[in-house]
Amino acid sequence: MTHRFRDLLALEPLTADELSFLLDQSKPFQEIQKHPLKKLATLRGKTVALAFFENSTRTRISFGTAASRLGADTMNLQAEASSLKKGETLLDTAFNLNAMKPDCLVMRHAASGAPSYVAKHLDIPVVNAGDGTHEHPSQGLLDALTIRDRLGTIKDLKVTILGDILHSRVARSNIHLLGKFGCKFTLCGPAMWVPRELEKIAPGTPIRCVYRLEEALEGADVIIMLRVQTERLDDPPLSADDYILLYQLNAERLRRANPNAIVLHPGPINRGIEITPEVADGPQSCVLEQVTNGVAVRMAILYLLISGATETGTHPALEVKPKESANASD
Amino acid sequence: MLLIKNGRVLDPASKTDEALDIFLDGEKIKEVAPAGRIAAVQGTEVLDASGLIVAPGFIDLHAHLREPGQESSETIETGTRAAARGGFTAVCCMPNTKPVNDNASVTRFILDRAKVAGGVRVWPIGAASVGSKGEAIAEIAAMKQAGMVAVSDDGRPIATAKLARQVMDYCRSLDLPVIEHSEDVSLAAGAVMREGVTSTRLGLRGMPAAAESVCVARDVQLAELTGARLHIAHLSAKASLEQVRWAKSRGLRVTCEVTPHHFTLIDEDVTYDSRFKMNPPLAAREDREALLTGLADGTVDAIATDHAPHEPALKDVEFDRAPFGILGFETALALALEQLVHSGRLPLMRMVELFTTGPARVLGLERKLAAGQPADLTILSPNYTWTYHVKESPSKSRNSPFDGRAFQGAPMATIVAGRVVYRAQ
Repeated sequence: MTHRFRDLLALEPLTADELSFLLDQSKPFQEIQKHPLKKLATLRGKTVALAFFENSTRTRISFGTAASRLGADTMNLQAEASSLKKGETLLDTAFNLNAMKPDCLVMRHAASGAPSYVAKHLDIPVVNAGDGTHEHPSQGLLDALTIRDRLGTIKDLKVTILGDILHSRVARSNIHLLGKFGCKFTLCGPAMWVPRELEKIAPGTPIRCVYRLEEALEGADVIIMLRVQTERLDDPPLSADDYILLYQLNAERLRRANPNAIVLHPGPINRGIEITPEVADGPQSCVLEQVTNGVAVRMAILYLLISGATETGTHPALEVKPKESANASD
Repeated sequence: MLLIKNGRVLDPASKTDEALDIFLDGEKIKEVAPAGRIAAVQGTEVLDASGLIVAPGFIDLHAHLREPGQESSETIETGTRAAARGGFTAVCCMPNTKPVNDNASVTRFILDRAKVAGGVRVWPIGAASVGSKGEAIAEIAAMKQAGMVAVSDDGRPIATAKLARQVMDYCRSLDLPVIEHSEDVSLAAGAVMREGVTSTRLGLRGMPAAAESVCVARDVQLAELTGARLHIAHLSAKASLEQVRWAKSRGLRVTCEVTPHHFTLIDEDVTYDSRFKMNPPLAAREDREALLTGLADGTVDAIATDHAPHEPALKDVEFDRAPFGILGFETALALALEQLVHSGRLPLMRMVELFTTGPARVLGLERKLAAGQPADLTILSPNYTWTYHVKESPSKSRNSPFDGRAFQGAPMATIVAGRVVYRAQ
């Protein structure tokens, strides 16, 4: 079945069917990553605006690479080069970018909901490349693709997510995607980063918060590590030694998981803090496959959003939402 | 001279609920008598209130009129026009203007502007501390002399327990209420909504209910220590309400107000739309239930709007960056009717009390419909159906989550000092 997407703002509102479709659409683009010549002409003449209002290296490069392998051109806006510091509002910046007539806006922003807010005011597709502590949809998709490739399925798995879940947009996207396929989640980390409220963020998906790593790993099929943001270790002050003592994933602890369990990490990795090099580089680790799959998933996203828009002249909405006039003063 | 005929008069002070005519002469009520008894003498304007409720003038204990200093969001004139449309005859304006109303000159400026704005009475609230900075005590006595009615560092709590204690001691001697925006600022730091499942799901930073109740506990303890009149502004949490209930049971002079948005909406209603961003933030379902109980059982003394205009250029931004606050005047009565009266939770009389004698008592005033009293009246229809369109508001701002909401019940006329300052078309 074919689905059309107006924007890709979050995985939460998407159905299992729609998510499967997105994953299936990524398959041919995975193949392209293996070719000696990787450039297609699919989106030749199209322009993708990459607006990163928050620092990013790999996601920005991944989207840029995806656009270029589809034959599209990119325009780049980075926070430090932007006019935000000159007092321009986010919406004005978005309108200005839009006035240069890109065919799609890929946007990262430190404020949760910022891409949804911008999308309400723009008539081109908007892709959320990570918003605050809300969602990171393309990461959720590439993780699912990686899991499906390694384990043959994303159905009914036991998924353990480790680290600072409260502040992780990756964890939320993982939960909203994999949860729709019957996966059960165990979230584990220091208690202030793993509030009980997380157990209820996706009604229908079993989620439990535990505070002992050994318990969290028991029988896990998939272990998703999150980067320990060193700035978070300062607020509130938390000892890195304590973190290592309680929550570092090492080979011995990993043995508690299912023997075929795989380990994912969205990167960048802090070797020796949340994960030992032995595990990060071990056979169960998928970190580099994730990066390769990231390009494929993002090619699929750009392809679907931009070509979907072109074919019909309008953007059939998955999320039905009213378009507001850019000049609405109310 | 104005004769209000055929209305159903609701006067909480005397528990009156009957068909009465009210005759206004100049700025005072001249006579209240059974329907048909007062003959209109020549030159008397007659207002037919058939099918309507005639109540004492509504008082709003908590509003931001933004003047001086933020006139692009509101002025005393535009704010009071919106207040009149909301049925309010008197509005207490918070001191967090630019400059802060922490001295008699600013207080007098506000009162002078209110005079030329015409219409609704403006009762300034003065800052508790200089610049509301929580360091030195403001010139409270001088502001009182200029016409200020209460003190508050609203927008934030009085910074330290020590200063709060001193302000309460001082205000007790001056017989002024201390209005506290009770918030533990460290617990609330960086938060943009109430902490809970919704904040966790949306990835928005939340403040726990305790951010409010911890400070309410502090303030209530200090009210006991000092014997001061303490009024908790925009109370939103069940735990805070329990503190107030405890204080009242001890006989302390502690009162509180609740806003229409807190008894109508909850955190689950929050989206990335900044019109749902206010402080205190929309609370949990169980908090709202507790507020409804408190409104019914008398623990809550007043409904106050916390009318907080912000011009679109400031408010229409990403949720994290938007300032806190929403408009309140024009939807307050309709929301109260919808949530409290039509839902069967409160008798109409109790709701009227929460807008009239309740807030008056907080300020140490009398509010009743009797000869010799100020001719401030609010005439309302509990049934009139209408839709709130914020673009039609006289306010300079548009930040209301209730835009487009259909209502049953509205103010039909607002009378201040014998003059009709608003009349529904």
